[in-house]
Amino acid sequence: MGEILFEVTNMSKSFGELEVIRDVSLAVEKGEVVSIIGPSGSGKSTLLRCATMLEKMDSGELAFLGEKAAYMGASGIEYADKKALKKIRSYYGLVFQNFNLFPHYSVLKNVIDAPMTVDGLSKEEAVARAMEILDRLGLADKVDSYPCELSGGQQQRVSIARALALKPQVLFFDEPTSALDPELTGEVLKVIKQLAAEHMTMIIVTHEMQFAKELSDRIVFIEGGVIVAEGSPDEIFASDNSRVREFIGKFTS
Amino acid sequence: MEAVKSLFESMIYLATHLSEAMLVSVEIFLLTLLFALPLGLLVAFGRMSKNPIICTVVKIYIAIMRGTPLMLQLIVVYFAPFFVFGMKITQSYRFIAVIIAFSINYAAYFAEIYRAGIQSIPVGQYEAAHILGYSKAQTFFKIIMPQVVKRILPPVTNETITLVKDTSLAFAIAVAEMFTKAKELSASQASITPLMAAGVFYFIFNYLVAFIMERFEKALDYYR
Ligand SMILES: Nc1ncnc2c1ncn2[C@@H]1O[C@H](COP(=O)(O)OP(=O)(O)O)[C@@H](O)[C@H]1O
Ligand SMILES: [Mg+2]
Repeated sequence: MGEILFEVTNMSKSFGELEVIRDVSLAVEKGEVVSIIGPSGSGKSTLLRCATMLEKMDSGELAFLGEKAAYMGASGIEYADKKALKKIRSYYGLVFQNFNLFPHYSVLKNVIDAPMTVDGLSKEEAVARAMEILDRLGLADKVDSYPCELSGGQQQRVSIARALALKPQVLFFDEPTSALDPELTGEVLKVIKQLAAEHMTMIIVTHEMQFAKELSDRIVFIEGGVIVAEGSPDEIFASDNSRVREFIGKFTS
Repeated sequence: MEAVKSLFESMIYLATHLSEAMLVSVEIFLLTLLFALPLGLLVAFGRMSKNPIICTVVKIYIAIMRGTPLMLQLIVVYFAPFFVFGMKITQSYRFIAVIIAFSINYAAYFAEIYRAGIQSIPVGQYEAAHILGYSKAQTFFKIIMPQVVKRILPPVTNETITLVKDTSLAFAIAVAEMFTKAKELSASQASITPLMAAGVFYFIFNYLVAFIMERFEKALDYYR
């Protein structure tokens, strides 16, 4: 068994009366690609938002590379101190459904700014790193463009490049192709496949069933805030759970 | 033809004899911007504060500044040292009172513009910056503020143009700015042309302001 890079244990999260995540546990090893599937409103985004600490969970434990970000104390959940969280935050990246690129920055600036501002890289180092990544993602000729001048697929690839520039150990994706026109999803999926081939550890919320099947080491099916089924793509696609069969049937017919 | 000639002569007269008054108007304008623009940001933060006391106090302040005439505020600021503290009002305080009254009034307007601008930035921008590891201050100054500036330029231009015209309100406490002097002259010459010339001055002043602001907007046109 490889090193566990991301682990969440007994996570629960409610919005007011609404219980969105119920006692979810998930551990992801180095190099593993895990896809999270499930109906809309089942809590997939909330799970990612709690995992990436955009949202505070109500109870449970959260750790990256064995370092605890949140744990159950005597009087409920406690998060690590600011300094520890800053370090832990550097272990992971998140790719948003709607990119969230910085519109006032060029493509290059989008990719070099965080490494310079947050990690203190020199401009030369940051540019060299960015150019290497942008080249790999087929964006070398777009470095001077602004996000508004790019197609959705290109914007999403830039946002992946921006995340990669901080050299994350774990990369989360929240429906990275859902905001794209169908003809543009391919170029983004191709980039994610490329990352999988380079053994990037990834946790991907997606509705692209064929993609999840081809790419994932493991698929997690969530419904109503609980993990209903979990297993290899073959196991999930041959599942005898009626909810899983129905859901997959809708997307692969 | 006669009228144009006389207006032109008045312009020359004003330009030469009243250049000091013109300068006072420009000074009121520039100093008000200098203080009100940053003060407005502070007020906007207060208005958006999660602390209910700060938020309420700032809300009341903004309501008063926007809900009462600037001329009245100016007179209150001018007489306040005497009525509140029993201090003697000096000649030099006239100008200071104008700057104080204008700055706190315009800060309230700018604050509401800033607030609208800041709140119009999608939450995703904050979240992206947070995930990338930017601190709160870095996020605000590097990611949010530049986008806010672009969005608020048109309403700020409007306020700035209003300010040019509002500088004439200083005549209420007899500060020797353009309008006050033109009115004096108009009375002593029994002619309306000095006032017309003052109008031309304000028009040219605003034309310049609009021109400069348009340049700023153009400079930020490189992205949407
Ligand atoms: N900030 C929020 N406040 C209140 N309810 C929320 C919030 N975010 C998500 N929800 C609710 O939580 C449920 C799960 O949402 P989400 O995690 O976005 O699902 P998914 O990503 O699987 O479609 C939905 O019912 C949604 O309305
Ligand atoms: Mg979602």
